[in-house]
Amino acid sequence: MTDENTKKKFLYLNRKAPFGTIYALESLEVVLIGAAFEQDVSLAFIDDGVFQLMNNQDATAAGMKNFSKIYRALGDYEVRKLYVEKESLDLRGLTVGDLMPVTYEDEDENYEEKPSIRVVDRAEMAKLIAGHDVILSF
Amino acid sequence: MRFAIQINEGPYTHQASDTAYRFAKAALEKGHEIFRVFFYHDGVNNGTRYTVPPQDDRNLQKLWSELAESHKLDLVVCIAAAQRRGILDANEAKRQGKDGDNIAPGFRISGLGQLIEAGIESDRMVVFGD
Repeated sequence: MTDENTKKKFLYLNRKAPFGTIYALESLEVVLIGAAFEQDVSLAFIDDGVFQLMNNQDATAAGMKNFSKIYRALGDYEVRKLYVEKESLDLRGLTVGDLMPVTYEDEDENYEEKPSIRVVDRAEMAKLIAGHDVILSF
Repeated sequence: MRFAIQINEGPYTHQASDTAYRFAKAALEKGHEIFRVFFYHDGVNNGTRYTVPPQDDRNLQKLWSELAESHKLDLVVCIAAAQRRGILDANEAKRQGKDGDNIAPGFRISGLGQLIEAGIESDRMVVFGD
């Protein structure tokens, strides 16, 4: 067990589209392995990274593995904070309604399902980044 | 200060590994510690000893191997990323039934946990990539 005081705040900063390059998939692989280390983990999605959370992804025609289901399972790995930058959504003509529902079960409130995705503006995102100890940028 | 370094791009196409090398060298010269250098994504391609760049160009793999030897640096290549890209040590080559290995001196292959550990154990994690 990791002591609460020695926990570090990890931020995975996702900047790339889910397909076209491998960054998104290999970032997720780090998140899943990292979950075993019991640190304070958040994910952030900026720039084309917001496309990683698009709902109803289908990669069949491109011959790629559709790994988007993994985001929805992150709650089971105690990864409950997914921050999406509002400006990045706006620039791409997207709203939070275009994103997949990602939830976690809150054990403190009768395992109620709560949304993991939070939309923040650029200024909040900057503060969020500044408030983390380890930032892994993909 | 104790640094961890992550390198996300291979040699030559991107300058990330060059910049990381110069950062590491400068940090060590200033008396800082490098806890670990972790090679991820195409960054694993820095760890093959089979690169043969032109004579008048820098040989990044060699530079890293030499820096590792002179400063006892821990150069770790991610196993999952390495397997996708054909970077193998003798053990992995045997395990996967391949006819040879290509890992460069001073590099070792290990898991992603080594990256997380480096983040936990270091004062600063510096990521070099695209």
